[in-house]
Amino acid sequence: MPEKAPGFFIEMDPATPPQPFAEFRDVTFGYGTRTILDGVSFTVPRGKVTALMGASGGGKTTVLRLIGGQQRAQRGEVLFDGQDVGKFDNAALYLARRRMGMLFQSGALFTDMTVFDNVAFPLREHTQLSEALVRDVVLMKLDAVGLRGARDLMPSEVSGGMARRVALARAIALDPDLVMYDEPFAGLDPISLGTAARLIRQLNDTLGLTSIIVSHDLEETFRIADHVIILANGSIAAQGTPAEVRESVDPLVHQFVNALPDGPVRFHYPGVSIEDDFGNVEGGRS
Amino acid sequence: MSWWKPADVGFAVRSHLANLGYGAKLFMRLLGPGAQIMRRFSLVRDQIHFLGNYSLAIIGVSGLFVGFVLGLQMYYALQRYGSSEALGLLVTLSLVRELGPVVAALLFTGRAGTSLTAEIGLMKADEQLSAMEMMAVDPVQRILAPRFWAGVITMPLLAAVFSAVGIMGGYVVGVLMLGVDPGAFWGQMQGGVDVWRDVGNGVIKSIVFGFTVTFIALLQGYAAQPTPEGVSRATTRTVVTASLAVLGLDFLLTAMMFSI
Repeated sequence: MPEKAPGFFIEMDPATPPQPFAEFRDVTFGYGTRTILDGVSFTVPRGKVTALMGASGGGKTTVLRLIGGQQRAQRGEVLFDGQDVGKFDNAALYLARRRMGMLFQSGALFTDMTVFDNVAFPLREHTQLSEALVRDVVLMKLDAVGLRGARDLMPSEVSGGMARRVALARAIALDPDLVMYDEPFAGLDPISLGTAARLIRQLNDTLGLTSIIVSHDLEETFRIADHVIILANGSIAAQGTPAEVRESVDPLVHQFVNALPDGPVRFHYPGVSIEDDFGNVEGGRS
Repeated sequence: MSWWKPADVGFAVRSHLANLGYGAKLFMRLLGPGAQIMRRFSLVRDQIHFLGNYSLAIIGVSGLFVGFVLGLQMYYALQRYGSSEALGLLVTLSLVRELGPVVAALLFTGRAGTSLTAEIGLMKADEQLSAMEMMAVDPVQRILAPRFWAGVITMPLLAAVFSAVGIMGGYVVGVLMLGVDPGAFWGQMQGGVDVWRDVGNGVIKSIVFGFTVTFIALLQGYAAQPTPEGVSRATTRTVVTASLAVLGLDFLLTAMMFSI
């Protein structure tokens, strides 16, 4: 089994609430001159399913990349189990990543390997398990996502929904503490979508994980999430339980939760006025 | 002209320096895990199979035709001076010292270099490299380094095959078709080709070309924009940059080798 990074174990006092698993403290991040996150602070409760929602391009995937250390915050702290990810050197970062699993939107399966080898990959890279044990663990993980029978298929032979379930089995192969899901429901048919949502909830509860879901699917995400964070314009627009977020009076959250086409998030991309493009209708074309 | 503005020149110089630094860092990271990679030689072996075996057909056929043409051209020139017995020696020296390493490297660029760039670029576009990083596996060590060392090992072997098949082509044209004495063909070759100075030069060249072509192909793939257009541009850059680098380095190496 993978080694744990030194200093990650925390003495727990039963009387005190558990420390959040991940925490953003006044985090600012941007690409070039474009600011994506502007002084954002929030916590990801331990053992819960936290949903990150918001308009496209709002920085949700960036949050996952910051927690995974693929990007470094320009200001503020990104804490992973109490440790600042920005201060990790390469070795510490790689140790921390062994405690994370990430499900990419595309699945990101290795296309030259079978389903079995994809799930076995992290085990073979990080453990000294015999091939017989690797086989057992891989089949257990595949069984958990209902794809034990698909072990010999290549990624090109499975559907999008199945590919994401294989990627989920691979993400949990090393029994991580935190699993991050980037758009796990995008492009799935209703059956696959329901299966994926149920799996995320079940795995979180049975394996004692902490989960972060980035998703646009309101109904499915609100159904399985314990905690919802809405990101907009680089800051937190609302956070709380799904019920609390639904009741929010913030105009932006109201627009998002009710899927309204126009509101604080404009339907039209900013540009010249319609009169400048088409002329004054009443006075005829100029 | 607007591009003479000092700010633009400064920006261009800074960009090129940054690219150079990125390339140098990647090169050092590829060289670094050399010993580690050899402990997991199966990864390198698979890539040698992919880069080497699958390039054999194009290398063999090209070598044969180059040998044919060399046999004809050299015979045409030599028979004017009544020296057609030296055909074997000239064909062999041309192939072993020059054409074998260079043409094999150019073919390797087109056959294997482009496939390396496209493979790495598409893995990046499909987030496979990111997924590997998130699994705490360094893609440079796990994906790029085995391909790099496989290219370095494969290139001299392919150049040797190219030269050997080329000599056979020269033999077919010179001896079997044009009637050059076979004893003179092989005897002059045996007497005139020095293992260290001639064959050694070719081997050194092909090793240098192996480093160059494979590194350029991997760098272009790893630095490619993760889009279809980005991968296609990277593949084109691999062919152009690696081909020019091979020809430029060939001149430098030849000049150095003649001077020592």
